[in-house]
Parts: sequence; structure tokens; C-alpha cells
Amino acid sequence: MNLYYYASPSTFYPLAGKLIPWFAALALILATVGLYISFFVAPTDFQQGEGYRIIFIHVPAAWMSMFIYIVMAFWSAIGLAWNTRLSFIMARALAPTGAMFTFVALWTGAFWGKPMWGAWWVWDARLTSELILFFLYVGYMALQAAIDDPRRADRAGALLNLVGVINVPIIYFSVKWWNTLHQGSSVSLTRAPSMAHIMLWGMLIMALAAWMYTIAVALVRARSLVLERERQTEWARAQLEGQP
Amino acid sequence: MMWESWEAFWAMGGYGLYVWGSFGMTLLCVVGEVWLLRRHRLQVWQRLKRMKAWEPQ
Repeated sequence: MNLYYYASPSTFYPLAGKLIPWFAALALILATVGLYISFFVAPTDFQQGEGYRIIFIHVPAAWMSMFIYIVMAFWSAIGLAWNTRLSFIMARALAPTGAMFTFVALWTGAFWGKPMWGAWWVWDARLTSELILFFLYVGYMALQAAIDDPRRADRAGALLNLVGVINVPIIYFSVKWWNTLHQGSSVSLTRAPSMAHIMLWGMLIMALAAWMYTIAVALVRARSLVLERERQTEWARAQLEGQP
Repeated sequence: MMWESWEAFWAMGGYGLYVWGSFGMTLLCVVGEVWLLRRHRLQVWQRLKRMKAWEPQ
């Protein structure tokens, strides 16, 4: 397999077009199953009552907010190292979705915090570092929008991503390093999860749905960006004869 | 069925505002993003088509 072959915009464009409906369909199916588990299978929590059901959105959204940033930093690093145009486009295509999930994590966190802690917001290490992540996404998008030359915008944005990625382990370990109001993780790679299996499954399926959704929307966005940047080439001009 | 009625389902044991406020905002964000994405795609497409039409043959 030749990776350079798939890194070429003219190969990527039709391939992504074929993959998008599959990822979208998977996202829809997984979200339906995940929501069914969230509301009709998972039992009432003995401490938090029905209010705990917010975690089926909150935890996957928070995971996604961090994962997407890491993936963006990965594409940025590849782009800076090999100067591959498609890598920068992928980083750019992921940013709005990452920002959206970060916002959802913060919003649902506030809606859980109000009934459980009695406050919509506290300046706790976990919450504050997640808010910084939101600003990093927004800052990246503002930077991309502010620089007219796409090559310079790509490089400046990639640099910001690589510096900003330091924030991700800070978010992840914040509940260990500092004495936070936010609880520690209930799911970890090294020990058995401290929650009921069906709740864990609900969360994992919702997270998988979020992944499929992210891939689908990022590919749609990347295709538009590719078409815009390659508009002078023969293949891109031929694409415009078809349907959007 | 774990819910006694639809009223009980919507009330979420007194947490209705918080549960539906969370799920509702998430739905709004997802629908909004898909809508914006669709609009962006059509705008790019139309702009590129216009640029192509104006080029000297």
C-alpha cells in the first residue's frame, strides 16, 4: 500500500465521498442503540437518581474533546514534517467538531453540577483546563480565518496545535494532580471500571457513535476544503460538473 | 419497561430540566453543525462554479 497515493487530494476526494454515508449510517445506528441503553436499559443510580443519565453524553463528549485535539496535533505534526497538504486540511476539518464536543462537555457538566454540587461552575482544575481546551479550539479557528494565505495559515495553526496539546494530559491527570471537586475517572485502562457494566456499555457505544459522527463530518468538511484549494486542477474542475 | 408512564419519563425523577437541558443542547449542536456543514458545502460549490463560468475559454 502506498500512503502517498491516498495522501493525494485527487484520490482522497472520491474515496472520502464513498466513505461518508457509511460513517454517517454507523453513527446513526450506534447513537440510537446508545440512547436506548441510556434511557431504557440502564437502571436508576442509587445516589444520583435519574440525574446521572447526563454522563451518557458528558463522558463521551469530554473524551472526544481530548481525542480530537490529539488527532489534530498528530495531523499538524505530519504536515509540518512532510509538508503534506492533506494533513493540514484534516487538522482544519476536525477543529469545529472538536470545539463543539468541548462545548457540549462543558454545558452538560454544568447541567450535572447544578443539581449534584449546587453550582453551575466552579474554578476547579478539571473544569478550568477543559475551558482552556475550548479556547484553544476557538483560537485555532480564529487564526485560520485571520490569515489569508492558506500555506501560512496551515503552518501557524499547526504550531498552535502542537503547543496546545500539552493541555490534554493536564486535563486528563488534573483529577489526580490536584484536589478537585470533579470526581476521578470511573473508567481506566489499568483497573476494572467502578461502575455497572450496562452503564459502561452505554457510554462506550455513545463514544463510538461520536467517533463515527466526527469522521463523517470531518470528511465532508475536508472535501469542501480540498475542492476549494485544488480548484485550478483538472480533476477538481471536472468534479464541478456533477452534484455537490 | 422501567418507566411507569411518559410523565415519569419526562420528569426524570425531578432532574428533568438538567437531563433534557443536556440532551437537548447536544441535539441542537449536532443538528446545527450538520446544517452549517451543508450550507458551507453548497456555498463553496456555487462559488467555484461561478468562478469557472467567468473564466475565458
